[in-house]
Amino acid sequence: MSLKKYLAIGGMIAAVSAGSAGAQTLVYCSEGSPEGFDPALYTSGTTFDASGQAIYNRLVEFETGTTKVIPGLAESWDVSEDGLEYTFHLRSGVKFHSSDSFTPSRDFNADDVVFSFERQRVEDNPFHMASGGTWEYFQGMSMPELISSVEKVDDMTVKFVLTHPEAPFVANMAMDFASILSSEYADAMLEAGTPEMLNQAPIGTGPFTFVAYQKDAVIRYAKNVDYWQDGLPKVDNLVFAITPDASVRYQKLSAGECHVMPYPNPADVAAMQADENINVLEQEGLNVGYLAYNTTIAPYDNPKVRKALNMAIDKQSIIDVVFQGSGQIAKNPIPPTMWSYNDAVEDDAYDPEAAKAMLAEEGVTDLNMKIWAMPVQRPYNPNARRMAELMQEDFSKIGVTVEIVSYEWGEYLSRSRELDRDGALLMGWTGDNGDPDNFLAVLLGCDAVGNSNRAQWCYKPFDDLIQQAKVITDIDKRTALYEEAQVVFKDQAPWATIAHSVVYMPVRPEVEGFKVHPLGSHIFTNVSLAE
Amino acid sequence: MLRYFLGRLLTFIPTFIGVTLISFAFIRVLPGDPIIVMAGERGLTEERYQELSRQFGFDQPILLQFWDYLTGVLQGDLGQSYVTKKPVFDEFFTLFPATLELSVCAIILAIALGLPAGVIAAVYRGKFFDRALMSTALVGYSMPIFWWALLLIIVFSGNLGWTPVSGRIDLLYYFDNTTGFMLIDSLLSGQSGAFTSAVRHLILPTIVLATIPLAVIARQTRSAMLEVLSEDYIRTARAKGLSPTRINGLHALRNAMIPVITVIGLSVGTLLAGAILTETIFSWPGIGKWMVDSIFRRDYPVVQGGLLMIALMVMIVNLTVDLLYSLINPKIRHR
Repeated sequence: MSLKKYLAIGGMIAAVSAGSAGAQTLVYCSEGSPEGFDPALYTSGTTFDASGQAIYNRLVEFETGTTKVIPGLAESWDVSEDGLEYTFHLRSGVKFHSSDSFTPSRDFNADDVVFSFERQRVEDNPFHMASGGTWEYFQGMSMPELISSVEKVDDMTVKFVLTHPEAPFVANMAMDFASILSSEYADAMLEAGTPEMLNQAPIGTGPFTFVAYQKDAVIRYAKNVDYWQDGLPKVDNLVFAITPDASVRYQKLSAGECHVMPYPNPADVAAMQADENINVLEQEGLNVGYLAYNTTIAPYDNPKVRKALNMAIDKQSIIDVVFQGSGQIAKNPIPPTMWSYNDAVEDDAYDPEAAKAMLAEEGVTDLNMKIWAMPVQRPYNPNARRMAELMQEDFSKIGVTVEIVSYEWGEYLSRSRELDRDGALLMGWTGDNGDPDNFLAVLLGCDAVGNSNRAQWCYKPFDDLIQQAKVITDIDKRTALYEEAQVVFKDQAPWATIAHSVVYMPVRPEVEGFKVHPLGSHIFTNVSLAE
Repeated sequence: MLRYFLGRLLTFIPTFIGVTLISFAFIRVLPGDPIIVMAGERGLTEERYQELSRQFGFDQPILLQFWDYLTGVLQGDLGQSYVTKKPVFDEFFTLFPATLELSVCAIILAIALGLPAGVIAAVYRGKFFDRALMSTALVGYSMPIFWWALLLIIVFSGNLGWTPVSGRIDLLYYFDNTTGFMLIDSLLSGQSGAFTSAVRHLILPTIVLATIPLAVIARQTRSAMLEVLSEDYIRTARAKGLSPTRINGLHALRNAMIPVITVIGLSVGTLLAGAILTETIFSWPGIGKWMVDSIFRRDYPVVQGGLLMIALMVMIVNLTVDLLYSLINPKIRHR
């Protein structure tokens, strides 16, 4: 073991033993193991917490606790008139971490930015295939089609040239896949014949340096003493104690074996709130759970039929039963915490009688419909089966017979894309970058039909609005367009919007400065422990 | 003896090929496509799907895929995890010591308590001891593992604070994984208190994992003992005036051991199944949890490689059991 590790461990031992002066160790009972430590290779939040948020920075960052984009490794940026060129001015004096096998010879510069994107974008880049990676997020956000080049203007300036204007581009640069890695470290590892070390022994510029990972057990980090933000991070050591079972996480938090835990069982929240040794922080999640009709087949191709069905769903009882109160009724396809949320839109009132009459008016009688229930638990839908059963009961009141179907998750995802899929499907979404485009275009745009647009709904007036909003950068104009799009959405009712969940985060009382992040990340840079 | 051993070893070969085929087929028979699972709610375009299929080799005929896999296995290469991009072989041996340590402790506990319990129950057949022990065994056997584990955690870790909630050792201790066995590594580390911490962390998971095998061993020992105790030679021994301890301990138990050893051998399979739940609840970094995660992610190389390695372990245990038979009962090796 190296001297550095001993020092880090020494710090940890000092910190854990009876709150001795100075060194503080924060223990986070994380919900699972990271898949690796290169955030561009993966898509799960568990991996992002352990890699992107702890170890790396990006050109721009989301301000913790909001979706506001603030400067990160770039101090500022300019956008050209035509919206095609983004020039980032980089921060100087930022140091990369050191490890047993690598000591950086220079500070962060434009080469690192170019490398971090070119490895994902350019197929003949030596790192494109080196990690056996598929760069799923980069692909999923359509970056290969969007970015035409990434150029180093000088050591401290980088220019991105786009193929078409795209307003959410800056927000995308704050996402985990856009984390900045050291090109010097990558070259050294490639030369040593061990390119996989980028994913296993990460080097970044972030608040914590990686110390060690024991698979499925524990990840250890130490404070980055050269961190570019003065006074941060506040704790000396950060430990992720991997604890997959929510009840066990709760026990560990109660016993003081960890300070922060994510994803409590909804049923435990009331008991936690009553416990004086636990503070339960909460925030509305940036998500939506919905029921998507297949709008290409009869009778769901008729907006009035969809509207009638929506009116038959008692959403309040879904919130009470399925979310156990930890959610709020959704009326729009985007959550209320997102900019451009149109609060003027009126939800379809719960009115089974009117719904029944409306169906009869449209000549729909004795309807047999399928409702698809997801087999997995998600923040936007903690129990899809139960939700489907409640809907079954609601629909029976208007003479609609419901058959609930479910498949194994992979099969469910695959079959739900089929254009001739029968009935309506429970699904949901958690935002990536806080931009409305990330909900409205991904889930309801014409381009996404047969894929993530599971209502198979391509409605030109709606699509025109969101396409327009995507290419202009003026936020007021964009807001107006998205507000109008929400009106069109409500009128056409491709989904029954069900709920936005509330995210709970139980922490020990001594934890200070922790903020629940709307994008789901768990960030410990600003957290300290009271004596 | 050597010939017997070699004969048993030969039967390994067809079993091994069979297991390779089954483990390869098993994960592919399950519905759900790894590429689709990976893309999640976002989904992916048809072109991208085809591209990834090519990258993973799914566009090859299935027989060719199997051939590639088999030749890899014969060269000791189980492939690379789709998710972590690490060799399956390495991952297995990183995690296996944790499972082995827990399983060995559990089986020792199960034998140490199950065997005497069975003998006592048989000797005092129909009496209070027998009924109490066998009812307890039945309860133990029927207990849902996750419920039992949570109950123990809440009582012993939560309310009484006697044992840690989960994990293998206190976060305070940190040393290199020399052997992967925490009991040994903690001793080697020389850090005071590390070994005690490792033992304390083992207590609850060992009890949970040992519960079912313990019940099975106790019940099996009891019935095997009862059968032997009704044999003529036992009556003869009693008539000769041998002490009950000598009769039960030496003459009866040794002959009752054959079915008991069989059950212990078979318990290894049960232990691995139990390990999946026990490891998840106690955040125990072993292969049970690893396999379950991989099945959900449709990580083909890990599932097929992991299954193969587990099957190999079970086969080795069964071979050992066969050899033990022949040690205990010379009739078997001379047959």
